[in-house]
Amino acid sequence: MSELDELYQEVILDHNRSPRNFRTMAQANRKAQGYNPLCGDQVTVYLQLQDGVIKDISFQGSGCAISKASASIMTAELKGKSETEAKELFENVHNMLTGHANGAEQDSPKKVGKLAILSGVSKFPARVKCASLAWHTVISALKAEKEVVSTE
Amino acid sequence: MKVAHEIVTPKHLSKRLDVDKVRADFPILKQKIHGKPLVYLDNGATSQKPQVVVEALNRYYTAENSNIHRGVHFLSEQATAAYEAARQKIKRFVNARSEQEIIFVRGTTEAINLVAQSYGRTFLKPGDEIIVSAMEHHSNIVPWQILCEQTGARLRVIPINHDGELVLDEYRRLLSQKTKLVSVTHVSNALGTIVPVKEMVHLAHERQVPVLVDGAQAVPHLKVDVQELDCDFYAFSGHKLFGPTGVGILYGRLELLDAMPPYQGGGDMISLVTFEKTHYNVLPYKFEAGTPHIAGGIGLGAAIDYLEGLEWQQVTAHEHALLTYATAALTDIKGLRIIGTAKEKVGVVSFVFDHIHAHDVGTILDQEGVAVRAGHHCAMPVMQRFGVPATTRASFALYNTRHEIDILVKGIQRALEVFA
Repeated sequence: MSELDELYQEVILDHNRSPRNFRTMAQANRKAQGYNPLCGDQVTVYLQLQDGVIKDISFQGSGCAISKASASIMTAELKGKSETEAKELFENVHNMLTGHANGAEQDSPKKVGKLAILSGVSKFPARVKCASLAWHTVISALKAEKEVVSTE
Repeated sequence: MKVAHEIVTPKHLSKRLDVDKVRADFPILKQKIHGKPLVYLDNGATSQKPQVVVEALNRYYTAENSNIHRGVHFLSEQATAAYEAARQKIKRFVNARSEQEIIFVRGTTEAINLVAQSYGRTFLKPGDEIIVSAMEHHSNIVPWQILCEQTGARLRVIPINHDGELVLDEYRRLLSQKTKLVSVTHVSNALGTIVPVKEMVHLAHERQVPVLVDGAQAVPHLKVDVQELDCDFYAFSGHKLFGPTGVGILYGRLELLDAMPPYQGGGDMISLVTFEKTHYNVLPYKFEAGTPHIAGGIGLGAAIDYLEGLEWQQVTAHEHALLTYATAALTDIKGLRIIGTAKEKVGVVSFVFDHIHAHDVGTILDQEGVAVRAGHHCAMPVMQRFGVPATTRASFALYNTRHEIDILVKGIQRALEVFA
C-alpha cells in the first residue's frame, strides 16, 4: 500500500463522507471549540458528562477529510468511556500520530483500537494537526477550559 | 585583427522567454520529491532562488563578511559598498527618485508596521479613517487594527465583487475628509487580482490622502515604477522576488519619510547620542536601527541583477500564457471552481471542490511532486467573502512550464479518484 493509500483508507473516506455523531447537542454539559489556523479547520465538540463518564458525544465543524474522519472515529470510540480512559486514549493516539509510540506498528492497534486506521498520518507531518484537532478539543472540553483551542 | 564569427542575436529579438535556460539557473528545480520531479507552484508563498543569489550569499560570508557603516578597515568598507550598491539597484528597479527613499526592512510585514507605527501614530487622531480592501493579506490588516486601537482611528474596507475585483465606486464613496491613509495591495495573494492602484492613488491624492501599496505579490510579476504609480509608500519582500528571506524594502516619498519619527531606536539610526538628547541620522538610516541583514540586502541586489538580465516583456508574456493555459485546463475539471476570476490577473489560480478539502488536495499533489499552497493564504476575509474555508492555490513564476501544469492537472485527477 502506498503512503497515500495508507492515509486515505476506505474507512477514513467513509467517515469523511458520512461522519458519525455529526450534530450539535442541546443537552451537552461540556463544549469546546478547536481551530487550526494553518488550514482553517474548525471543530466544536459537545459532551454529556455524567459521573466522570462520557454518556454522549458529538461534533460539528468544517475541515479536511483527515480532521473530519478523525473526529468522527473519535466520537464513536469515546462514547461510554470514562474521563480517565479518554485521556489515556488521547495520549496513545497522540503518540501514534506523531510516530512516538514504542514499537508503534505492533502495539498501537490494541492501545488505540479502531483509531489505528489513522496511523498512516504519522508519515505526513503536515497533517498531524488535522488528525489531532478534535482530540485536543475534547481534552479541553473535559477540562472545561473556556478558551478556543488552537493547534498552533 | 580578429574577426568575430559568432552570431549574436540581441535578446529583445528573440520573442519567447527561454524557459529551459531560466530553469537551469535555479538548481533546486532539478530535485525529485517523493521520487517525482519537483513541480514548484507555490511561488506566491516564496520564490526559488537562482544560483547567482546563492553565490552572492556564499561569497559575502566567505570573503566579505563585516559590519557596515562603522569600520575603517578594508572588509567593512567592502561590505558597506556592496550593501549600498544593492540599495542603488533597488532604487533603479522601482524607479525611486533617491536612494534615501529606499529603506531596508525585514519584509513587507515590517514595512507596513513601520508606516503604521511611525506615520500612523504621529498623524492619526480619533475619528480618522484608514481605508484597506477586502482582499488584503493579514499583514495589511492587522497593523492598521493595532494602530486603530492606539489612536482611535477607524478601519474602512473596500468590498470586492464576485470575480475578486475591487468595487471602485465603493472606494470613491469611502474616501472622505476623515480618510487619512489608504493602504491597498497591488496584487491579491489569494486571488491573483491586479488592483488598479494608479487610479486609486490618483483618487486619494485629490484629497491629499497618502497611499501605501503592498507590492509583495506584484514585484515578481509586474514592472513597478513608484513614480508612475505616484504612490507614497511601496512595500515588498525580497524572498518573493527570487532573493533571500528576512530582507524587504519600504519605498517612501522623501517628504513623508522626513516628517516621520524613527520606528526603532538603536545603532546606525543616530548621528549623535547623549543622555540629554539624541540626534537622528539622515534618511534612509533613520529607519534602519541595528545591524541589518547585510547578506540579505546584497542577495536581493543579486536577484535584481538576475531579473534585469531578462526581458520583462518576455517574462510577463510567459507568465500570462501559463495563466491562460492553466485556467483553461482547470476549468475543464468537473466540480472544480476557480476563486478569483478578475480580468486583470497575475499567474495565480486558486480553486476549490465542494467535496474535497484544499488540504487533502495539497497532500495528494505533494505525493505527485507538486508543491501548492492549501489554506486561507493569510487572507481569511477573502475566504469568508467567497464562503470557502480554504482554497488550493497554484502560483506561477517565470521558471514554470506548461508541462508542469499538465502534471498539476493529473495530480488533481488523482485527488478526484481518491475521493470518488
